[in-house]
Amino acid sequence: MQSASIIPEKNSSSCVIAHNLDIGYQGEVIVPQVNFGLTCGESLALVGINGSGKTTLLKTIVGLLPPIKGEITVLGNPPGKNPHQLAYLSQFHDSGFILPLRVKDVVQMGRFSDKGLFGRMTRLDEEIITASMQRLGIEDLRDAPLRMLSGGQQQRVYMAQVLARQADLIVLDEPTSSLDASGRKLFSHIMDEERQRGAMIVVATHDIQLAAECNQAMLLAREVVAVGPGDEILTPEALLKTFGIVLLYQGEDKGVGIVEREHGHN
Amino acid sequence: MLNALLAGVLVSLACGIIGTFIVLRGLAFIGDALAHGVLPGIALALLLGFPGILGATIGALVMIGGISLITRRTRLSSDTAIGLLFVGMLALGVVIVSRSNSFSGDLVRVLFGEILGIAPSALLIQLAATLVILVTVIVCARPFIMLCFSPEQAQVAGFSASLYHNIMLALVALTVITSFQTVGTLLVFGMLLAPAGAGALIARRVQSMMLWAAGFGSLSVYFGLLVSYHFNLAAGASIVLVATLIFFLVFFLRGRPLSTFGSPPKIG
Repeated sequence: MQSASIIPEKNSSSCVIAHNLDIGYQGEVIVPQVNFGLTCGESLALVGINGSGKTTLLKTIVGLLPPIKGEITVLGNPPGKNPHQLAYLSQFHDSGFILPLRVKDVVQMGRFSDKGLFGRMTRLDEEIITASMQRLGIEDLRDAPLRMLSGGQQQRVYMAQVLARQADLIVLDEPTSSLDASGRKLFSHIMDEERQRGAMIVVATHDIQLAAECNQAMLLAREVVAVGPGDEILTPEALLKTFGIVLLYQGEDKGVGIVEREHGHN
Repeated sequence: MLNALLAGVLVSLACGIIGTFIVLRGLAFIGDALAHGVLPGIALALLLGFPGILGATIGALVMIGGISLITRRTRLSSDTAIGLLFVGMLALGVVIVSRSNSFSGDLVRVLFGEILGIAPSALLIQLAATLVILVTVIVCARPFIMLCFSPEQAQVAGFSASLYHNIMLALVALTVITSFQTVGTLLVFGMLLAPAGAGALIARRVQSMMLWAAGFGSLSVYFGLLVSYHFNLAAGASIVLVATLIFFLVFFLRGRPLSTFGSPPKIG
């Protein structure tokens, strides 16, 4: 069910292309034969259970893991060569609970990549930092210590840091896991804004609703179960293969229903 | 006595700055290992008539090199590599010392320092090291803070995580090597952890944590020397005892539960 037609022009400096890509750790393949293409203003959702290869693919895209086989081009280069154009939000932030950092300090880190070791923070940087906090509704918390915030508030702070990067490619690992309904809605809205700005977004998620909002979805279960537009590939059969239970996507207003449980799995 | 105070304050500054990163990044074990791993180097250098600081440097290099060799070539965790070399180097140090009857006094000096009899040249070395640490941390402030936040995030932002991690380790080693003459290898570790740990309990920013740590360290040196003078106690040990006492004072005066060390709240 892999769709090859969506693969954009090669060597384009504004897209992400994977071709027959094997990903994994230390030479051990976790997901073979990954193919997808993403251009300006598009988003791709990676859907699958824990251990299905979502994070492995994200880390390969941002250059933290070398590809095992095949080709991947990120913004016209091999992964990891465009730090200024890339924003990455990883899954675990347990360090945040001891670090003596204020909300503003964390968001400000989003500007470090552009500034390097010595670049001074300008007025423009300050404006970007403030605007990023405002978009997440956390500007009132700017001087609050990170460790005093709830999980959901912290996730908003990390998201504000990502926005402050003003990146061409935004890679997010389960960015909505601690968000409540309003945070989740705000997140969708921000993703739309970023796409309209021309940014590409790759997001790993358990949330089928979020996946359906993306231009493309990829179902992962240590193999690519399906990749393509959400309304085409989020079928009960594909979701059964991905999650081991039958989930039914019932359209934008009805969301997802669990229809039947597959025996032996989960 | 003035020299001792000066040297102690310089050690406190160095330990406050680099100890902050040890606490924030959870590098305590490797700091401990370095503090003890330099022992055979110092012992051998003293036995052969070389300056102890040269031996300490070689000891630290062997330690860091060995740890990175084991973790790169095997799948053993760095904890195992650090622990193994830590014990091995300590044993080697004791074996070297036990071969010679003449310098068990030297051993005590190495382990517990000789802050009261510190030479002006050692004071200068301490000053230079403290300046190097201060300047390096100012230059590397952004990648260092990102490393504390998330090494992966630092790497993706274009700051080589391994490069800045190694620079950080080198600064820890430099602190241990130069401080052994004042508070001693056994106790420099206390000066790295206790003041920074107390600072972590109250500081809201990394910069203020360093200032608190340097301040607590300097207070420990002052009161430690005072106590040791009046009650005729070992100076280095008195300083570290005061530093530990300050940590617990801060801990109890803080008066509320340690949310910082608790598990993350999982609410929206």
